[in-house]
Amino acid sequence: MTAHITPMPAETVSPAPAPRTVLEVENLSLSFRNADGLLPIVTDVSFAIAEGEAVALVGESGCGKSITASAIMGIAPDNAEIGGTITLNGKVISNLSPRERRKLCGRHMGFIFQEPMTALHPTLSIGRQMTDTLKHNLGLGHAKATNRAAELLDRVGIPRARDILEGYVHELSGGMRQRVMIALAISCGPSLIIADEPTTALDVTIQAQVLDLLEDMRRELNLAMLFITHDLEVVGDFCEKAVVMYAGDVVERGFSADIVRTPAHPYARGLIDAVPAHDDGRTRLTPILGTVPPVGQWPEGCRFAPRCTRADATCRTRPSLKRHGLTEARCWHPLEGRP
Amino acid sequence: MLRYLGKRFLLILPTIFVPLILVFLLLRLSPGDPAGMMLGDQATAEQIAALRNQLGLDQPIWIQFLLWLKGIVTLDLGNSIFFREPVMQIIPRYAGVTILLAVVALALAVLIGVSLGLVSAMNRNRPIDRGVVTAAVLGISLPEFWFALLLIFIFAVTLRWFPVAGYNPPTAGIIAFGATIFLPALALGVRQSALMTRMMRSSMLDVLNEPYITTARAQGLPESTVIGRYAMRTAAMPVITVAGLSAGYLLGGAVTIEIIFALPGLGRMLVEAVGRRDYPLVEGGVLTISLVLAVLNLTIDLIYAILDPRIRYQ
Repeated sequence: MTAHITPMPAETVSPAPAPRTVLEVENLSLSFRNADGLLPIVTDVSFAIAEGEAVALVGESGCGKSITASAIMGIAPDNAEIGGTITLNGKVISNLSPRERRKLCGRHMGFIFQEPMTALHPTLSIGRQMTDTLKHNLGLGHAKATNRAAELLDRVGIPRARDILEGYVHELSGGMRQRVMIALAISCGPSLIIADEPTTALDVTIQAQVLDLLEDMRRELNLAMLFITHDLEVVGDFCEKAVVMYAGDVVERGFSADIVRTPAHPYARGLIDAVPAHDDGRTRLTPILGTVPPVGQWPEGCRFAPRCTRADATCRTRPSLKRHGLTEARCWHPLEGRP
Repeated sequence: MLRYLGKRFLLILPTIFVPLILVFLLLRLSPGDPAGMMLGDQATAEQIAALRNQLGLDQPIWIQFLLWLKGIVTLDLGNSIFFREPVMQIIPRYAGVTILLAVVALALAVLIGVSLGLVSAMNRNRPIDRGVVTAAVLGISLPEFWFALLLIFIFAVTLRWFPVAGYNPPTAGIIAFGATIFLPALALGVRQSALMTRMMRSSMLDVLNEPYITTARAQGLPESTVIGRYAMRTAAMPVITVAGLSAGYLLGGAVTIEIIFALPGLGRMLVEAVGRRDYPLVEGGVLTISLVLAVLNLTIDLIYAILDPRIRYQ
């Protein structure tokens, strides 16, 4: 069982029943079938999200975050070979047929994409896209679906919702587009929202608004949220827990606050040091040297070793995910308590 | 929307007039004189001069051009030099056949092209896809007269399902009409259908990679809706462009097919009229083709505007 990322600290335990686990991912792996056989993309990813909880999936580009999300949604490419167990609301969904998986989309899981301009249909009206989903998933008639769509737009803070329904995505600003995307994702009452870098494509000023909206929706609808990002500041402010991925592996997981303050894995430390903070008095940022090894060229043992200053001969064998201090890390030489 | 269509309408005027002016000039610049042709090689110079005068061919070319322009505006295209009856009465007899042939050929091409392209895209890199792609390359490479002869040999001569040649107008009954139009339309449309198959396949494959298709799937919409509504809506655009271009080709390129299948169409009429230096009839024929083409282009623009809201506001 890997349902619990970290035991609940004593002071947060309340007499109320523990929040229900919405999503549980155990030993998820994903490989692409190609002419040369199987090409591993993601190996051994495990985490869980409870209702009302936001979990961040963090890592550089190309580390397997988005493909993990698509594997959970059941919309990974056809040539993907997926292993491990995915449980949604207590029901194992990883062994369902693609058709049954599709039925869970929208109704139980909503997806928010990075770039709302391309993620919404360019030539179908906003209203049409929303009512198509509502009609199909909830069996609503046209009038009811249209009313519900207008309510949803209203709820995500879009003025003149009725007019916007008639409009098209190119007529909206970036922030409005992402609001429409959010309205679409929550339209059929899912219990899980997967947001794939939902603010990356937006202006900085709009980013905060969209994050606030997502936060409101999460609290209001008690949503479990998987938040894919490379922005550790967002992780600390927005997500209770975080899963740090590197080259298809989970390298560290735990409470976001702990990971941001006292990371155990050198890669997590590197991510934090590469981002400017408001008050740390640093004049220069410290980049992580090198790049993520391309898929298919992962080193034996610890995949981060070639870029790691602490690596030695031990790192040629693969470490497992183990508790070090406050978090769990996949590392032979974890950092300790350096705030 | 109306502004867009108005703009499109203005743009079709050159489409009509540029070819007409070219044809007008080319006919008069090319050797051969209609009066001489009609009267034969026994005619005296006086007789030819008299006929030229009667036909207005002795006037300066710009006067002829203005008179002819006036004719277009007043819907009087003059009399055919050969048939000695008004061009406006001759053209409809032939134009109907060509337009019907082109429309049926286009319909067949779209039907075949879209369905094969779709099947191909949905089965990418599987044997069926490879088969379709190979067939499409063949279809584009084979000359249509060869394909026409092949069709005649198989379906008319060997299997005897269709007549070898000839034409029944739609008034003779839909089956009689269909029997004479199907093979010519297929022969004429095969290259266009191959083009559309390839266009449909590649644009569908492109569109299937678009994030909004992933969104539609992630919203739980069934694959039939995702493909049929969300993907087709955008993937059809390049195919419509090809259809528009095809329409022009089908109207102008029907000559060979009309001759092989002995269809009394505009293409055949034009070839004969050029041979006879029948200026008014050639000009009338070209005007008809340009007009039909312009109307078709306008229709295509209208379909664009309906399918893509972004176009309406430009």
